[in-house]
Amino acid sequence: MNGAQDLGGMHGFGPVRPEADEPVFHADWERRVFALALAMGFTGTWNLDGSRAARESLPPAEYLASSYYAIWLKALEKQVAEHGLATPEEMGSGVSAGPGRPVARVLTADILGPRFRAGFPSDRPAQAPARFAVGDTVRARNIHPKGHTRLPRYVRGHVGRVEHVHGAFVLPDTNAVGAGENPRWLYTVGFAASELWGPDGDPNQRVMVEAFEPYLDPEAA
Amino acid sequence: MAHDDHDHHHDHAHGSELSPIEARVRALESILVEKGYVDPAALDALVEMYETKVGPHNGARVVARAWTDPDYRARLLADATPAIAELDIGGRGGEHMVVVANTPETHNLVVCTLCSCYPWPVLGLPPVWYKAPPYRARAVSDPRGVLAEFGVSLPEATRIAVWDSTAETRYMVLPMRPAGTEGWDEAALAALVTRDAMIGTGLPRLPGEVAA
Repeated sequence: MNGAQDLGGMHGFGPVRPEADEPVFHADWERRVFALALAMGFTGTWNLDGSRAARESLPPAEYLASSYYAIWLKALEKQVAEHGLATPEEMGSGVSAGPGRPVARVLTADILGPRFRAGFPSDRPAQAPARFAVGDTVRARNIHPKGHTRLPRYVRGHVGRVEHVHGAFVLPDTNAVGAGENPRWLYTVGFAASELWGPDGDPNQRVMVEAFEPYLDPEAA
Repeated sequence: MAHDDHDHHHDHAHGSELSPIEARVRALESILVEKGYVDPAALDALVEMYETKVGPHNGARVVARAWTDPDYRARLLADATPAIAELDIGGRGGEHMVVVANTPETHNLVVCTLCSCYPWPVLGLPPVWYKAPPYRARAVSDPRGVLAEFGVSLPEATRIAVWDSTAETRYMVLPMRPAGTEGWDEAALAALVTRDAMIGTGLPRLPGEVAA
């Protein structure tokens, strides 16, 4: 969706402000939100793409005015309610009105280390041959889906070059809404900054994005 | 990004020691625990893991190994995930690693314009600035300006490659080994490798900047 999360190329946010000796968390509630989001994700009720979609579905003004873990919190509450795991009233009061629903898995401290060390890979067997090869010229599609996508606005409609073929990966666009993993080929596509930003682009700069095959069309070199 | 959520204690009007967001998070945790979806001990273990165990010291070990072992460097650049796993580093948020090497001709910079994708196993959790709009907006359109805000100035002729982490692949920069470190062992070299050097917003410390 063309939401506030898609920030590449925007102006007006001011300088980057690095923080000396930055702590991992700035408040205890941030620790709890971080852990709750990961542990709830582990239940298998939704996936990471669904969590990203929930975060970016916040109204743009609210997204931009919220701190990072506040965005996580609001998205988590939304997901919990939408999946029927608890009601807004229960979350608001902290008082449970009844037992929980069964979930596929519960993260316990004893399995955390090995399970997270193993990771949660997103590559999948390819369902078709790759359409593009390294060196191919491609154009990012000018698409504006209302749902979740990972093609940033600043490359849409622009011409780039395939720099790497990663293999087939879970397609976020369908996975986010529970419509299937739908594995698609994933490519690194390089764009000249002058192609993306015109005369304001640095002539010695390129931007590489990871683009799924359905985000790309062939383009005559 | 503004911390407008009152993450400090000042909500005494309701007779509570908790700020609104603290109370909100506590209520949520209480419900999710009571319904049996989360285990409080696992929550504590998650926080401990990412606050004390997983961090940029891991990535620094990878860089130091690559600086001292040409075969390792070649493996790392060809297929980073198994190469990083050789040092028993990997897992969630780093399942599909890509390492890009700085050279005298090209400087690499990593960003996630769409959210906060970051190579957790090698760098830990991202700093606030990495997740905040100023960096996400301008890393792709004005990387030299962003680098200047980190005190990094590159020659005009240096090419800049910006990697926008828009899928589950995760990028780490292999910085150039500083001159004057010939003969240093991996532990000494790792002390030169800053987190920002592995994001591309910084350069490694110079030998004179650490006690060797």
